[in-house]
Amino acid sequence: MTKLEKLSPGSWHYLMMAEVFPDLLRPSDALIDLTAEGEEIVLLSPDLVNSGGLSKFAEKHPDRVINTGLSEQNTVSMAAGLATTGMVPWVSGMASFLALLCNEQIRMDVAYCQQPVRIIGHHTGLSFGFYGSSHHATEDIGALRSIANMTIISPADGNQQYAAMMASRDYDGPLYYRTGRGRDPEVYAEGAPFVIGKAIEHMRGTDVTVIACGMPLHPSIQAATKLNAEGYSVGVIDMHTIKPLDVDAVLEAASHSKVILTVEEHNVLGGLGAAVAEVLAENGSPARLVRHGIKDEYSLIGPPTHLYQHYKLDEDGIESVIRDQLA
Amino acid sequence: MAHAQTKQPGRNDLRPTADEIALMREKARMVRLETIRLILLPKIGHFSSVFSCAEIFSSLYYGVMSLKKGDPKWPDRDRFTYGKGHAAIGHFPILTDLGFLPKEVLDGYCSLGNPLGDHPDMTKVPGIDFSSGSIGHALSNGLGMAMGGRMQGRDFTVFTMMGDGEQQEGQVWEAATAAVANKVNNLIAIVDQNGYQLDGAVKDIVDTGDLAAKWRAFGWETHEVDGHNLDELTTVLRHLKADKTRPGPACVIARTIKGKGIDLMENQTGWHLGYLTPEDSEIAAQEIMSKEI
Repeated sequence: MTKLEKLSPGSWHYLMMAEVFPDLLRPSDALIDLTAEGEEIVLLSPDLVNSGGLSKFAEKHPDRVINTGLSEQNTVSMAAGLATTGMVPWVSGMASFLALLCNEQIRMDVAYCQQPVRIIGHHTGLSFGFYGSSHHATEDIGALRSIANMTIISPADGNQQYAAMMASRDYDGPLYYRTGRGRDPEVYAEGAPFVIGKAIEHMRGTDVTVIACGMPLHPSIQAATKLNAEGYSVGVIDMHTIKPLDVDAVLEAASHSKVILTVEEHNVLGGLGAAVAEVLAENGSPARLVRHGIKDEYSLIGPPTHLYQHYKLDEDGIESVIRDQLA
Repeated sequence: MAHAQTKQPGRNDLRPTADEIALMREKARMVRLETIRLILLPKIGHFSSVFSCAEIFSSLYYGVMSLKKGDPKWPDRDRFTYGKGHAAIGHFPILTDLGFLPKEVLDGYCSLGNPLGDHPDMTKVPGIDFSSGSIGHALSNGLGMAMGGRMQGRDFTVFTMMGDGEQQEGQVWEAATAAVANKVNNLIAIVDQNGYQLDGAVKDIVDTGDLAAKWRAFGWETHEVDGHNLDELTTVLRHLKADKTRPGPACVIARTIKGKGIDLMENQTGWHLGYLTPEDSEIAAQEIMSKEI
């Protein structure tokens, strides 16, 4: 009988994923280092230890991992209870489910009770690609931004995710990290500085300033670099913390740019673009705002790179959106 | 006028014939082969999750459910919902086989803008009775359908397939309670008890214990069967569908093997999700062809 006895190079399964995509394990590195620094970390994962890149932490500190199985709501409420005992609970799960399915548990048990629960919503935005729109998280910022006491951080790559997680050490309140799938193009070198709530200016521009967060930051920088070489003046700001928003950075950019263009892997309603709009409107800024992202629709199914192209969230797409403002 | 006594069919009257079993076996093989073929397109997919429920799919669609070929919206059809939506890759080929879903759409699986992704979307895919993607919702969806059918005087049955990992979801038990309280006897739950979830064995993650005892305690008529035995599985499902005297819902715990059909994948955590090169896919397909499950 013909039988599949052993795998040929190129075949792989779920448990081998971190070998294929090593950046997946960056959250493990951060939790290991935080533990080494004395934080009483406990990880709660609803059956997503491997998917969330936490297998390395789980191997090193098995007594600090609670695999809660398929019970996301229970997981978040449990984490809040753990936090009351002085533990520092980290909940890691898929962004679409944590932010939406557990929205009430996050509000009631974590934020209202002011528990220092750290939540990682991974595979955010469109990064789940063909897994389907059910798994796309294009509402997580909006769903969590209106919850008082929440801090929302959207790292652009693995190194920034590590830095942002390390920054939790001295942070009292609840934190939500919306992260990719461990395959984001690298923007930051290891050790690049990171301060929660403090935007990072990559370039200054007088025609357009792009304010981006998360995965779209890398293609935004590439697009701006290309346009600046053509003689335009395009700036880029990494607004990695959406809440609390770096209001000064927004107003400063608006003071010297004709157009502010927000770019996000999220619905244009309720997300980064909305947060920036509130600041510009309330301060009577003359800069014109353009919000780029998912236009209040359910995203298509398809491979992530194809979706980024379709929704103009890749370099060419963002370049074309900026060009529309330069014309 | 005296009403004719409606005789409830006995189990033996409902047993599938040898020809019916042969057909269902062939379709389960089609499910496995198509899963191997389609995973080559996005280069990743759920092998073992489909392989455990291939017989459940084929039994339902070729031996149990009332359907009309080419008419996925027939109002009196039996319905199917599933919480383990990641098994859709094994479900889509059946929809094509039944004339619900064009072959060219199936062959565009996971490409940009194609209706078919890893999880099923009822707004895009004819034959999908309810979307799935967030585990734990399907029994509630099925319960609503079953009650809707009853309110409209339609005589259809709703089958809801869940994973055994899914039994950890609280919403499952909310629906389980509500179905009994509402005496919904046209709802049949099937638990694909393959013993594994994404991170490992269910008993090692959060052991769900004696599922049959739990479903019985919630008030469901509960049966345990070998989920790969098409004779046994089909007989019990037909019996439960035909039994109009039951006071409430029924549950079938189908004992299955995660990855059934490919020895290398059976009871292995990793193969919940994975990729086989074209060469390995060819060998895997031959292994499926050479076996009689």
